Parts: sequence; structure tokens; C-alpha cells
Amino acid sequence: MARFLPAMILFAGVAFAQGPDLDKRVNDLASELRCLVCQNQTLADSNAPLAVDLRNQIREQLKGGASERDVIDFMVARYGDFVLYRPPLKPTTIALWAGPFVFLILGVWVLLRRVTRRKLPEPALSDAERSRAAKLLE
Amino acid sequence: MSARSRLFVTLGFFVLLVALLAAGLGLNPREVPSPLIGKPAPHFELPLLGAPDKSFSQKEMLGKVWILNVWASWCPPCLVEHPVITALAKSGIAPVVGLNYKDAREEALPWLSRNGDPYQLSVFDAAGRIAIDYGVYGVPETYVIDRRGVIRYKHIGPLTAEIARKKLEPLLKELNSGG
Repeated sequence: MARFLPAMILFAGVAFAQGPDLDKRVNDLASELRCLVCQNQTLADSNAPLAVDLRNQIREQLKGGASERDVIDFMVARYGDFVLYRPPLKPTTIALWAGPFVFLILGVWVLLRRVTRRKLPEPALSDAERSRAAKLLE
Repeated sequence: MSARSRLFVTLGFFVLLVALLAAGLGLNPREVPSPLIGKPAPHFELPLLGAPDKSFSQKEMLGKVWILNVWASWCPPCLVEHPVITALAKSGIAPVVGLNYKDAREEALPWLSRNGDPYQLSVFDAAGRIAIDYGVYGVPETYVIDRRGVIRYKHIGPLTAEIARKKLEPLLKELNSGG
């Protein structure tokens, strides 16, 4: 028993370091990746069989020493940029990234133009109207 | 800007918006462009569905234009597309290899004897690991692979007779004639 103790401690240490830590890494990565079966869920949220397989795949690869980047590259190579919840900035995605800002600037410009242009001339009142208004205000 | 031209501009924007939304509705969000098109078909070495002691690799198809069809006995759309796959295989335009996905032999083999077996052979991917390499996410999926082992086309979901006629057959003919 005593002979195996160092090995056991080492094993427990490794298991401990891998357990919660690995779980968190798997989960963090899975939250960045789209489940392609139910497209508006992440791999972390989905219970589709493929999502389970892919989560296992992530776990296996991280366990085997792969970095987060490696796993993401693995997924993109198979499923395309669509698996990424945060799409990369590329020529094909420029409209996606810049679009909202273009519309925002356009909106502000239109708004400014409308607001600054609305300089209505002061309405001229006749004497009769003036006295009527004064009467109403009394 | 006159009231009239302003009306036209507004109307123009509205029509543009409607056109954009209509185009968006017409797109199928399931059709995710595969990054695998134009890339070599991922390597596999899997046991045969019908003979567990024998294995098959995609390498054995080098020099041939062929179709890889991912199917499973538990997948109703696979049954829907089955006549189309059968007709394609019967036409002799290209050999069809089946990739039996996350299935059980005692389910898959009766499925084939019940519905007919159009496949030159089916490989058995019980864990679905090879399917991940092929980017499979919705069975059935169909791949066209050329003589050099490069994926040329991928269809996700059941193959219809129309898609087979309009997309697959012309591509297969072109590839067969040396393309």
C-alpha cells in the first residue's frame, strides 16, 4: 500500500487538476460554438446527440493537450465559420460587422438633418388674434 | 425635395426592404456552406456494415467518381430519399457508398433488406466519429467525390429527384468525362 501511495497521490492530483478545470474549459469552449442541429443554441446548451458527441470531442482534444485555438480550428475546418458564435472579421463578413454602425451613422445623419432644418418662421398674429389670445389666457 | 419625390424615395426604400426580407425568407438556414468543398475527402478506415471483420477506406475509391451517402435506419428522411439514391445507383452514373451513421447492425441490416440496398457497400460508423470529420450534422447527407478524392459537392438533407437531376447528374457527368 505504502509503495503505491506516491503514485496514488500523483494520480489524485492529476485527476483533480483535470476534473473541474477541464470541465470549465470544455464548457467555455462549448459556449462559443454553435450546435448545428438546433442552430440557435450553443454546444453547451444543446442536448442534441451531435452536440453531446462534439462536447466529448472537445473534452478529448483538450485532454490530449490541444489548445482552445486548436479545437476551434478543428470545428471550423469541418463545419465552417457558422459554428462560431463570434464570427471572424473577414471580407465575407464585413457587412455583418460594419452594417449596424453604417445604419447607426445613417440614422444619426438623417435625424440631425431633420432637426436642424426645422426652423419654422414665427407665426405672425394679427391684432385681433393677439387680443383674443390675451383674453383666453386671462 | 418635393413631397412627390420624397414619397418615391420612401416607397423605393420600402420596396428594397421587402425584396431583402423576401430573399431572406427564401434562403434555407440549414444550408450551411461546407468548408470541405474542394478539399480532399477526410480519411477513414471503417468496418463494413455487412461484414464487421472487413474494413474499407475512402482511398479504395481513388480514380473513381463516387457518391458518399450518410444514412441511418433511425432517420425518417433517409427513407424518404431512399428511392432517389436507389435510382441514382441503378442508373450506373456513379457507385454509391453508404456511411451508416450512429446505428446498430441489428437495425441497419433489416432496414436495407426491407427497403433495398442501393449501396456498393456501407461502412459502419457507430460512434459517428468519421461523420464529424465530414462535417455531418443532419442525416442524410450526400457527397460527390471526384477521381482525385476531392469533395466536389455536398447536399444536406434528403436528396430529391429534382436536385439529383439538376445538380448531381450534370456534375457527375462532367466529372466522369474527365473534369
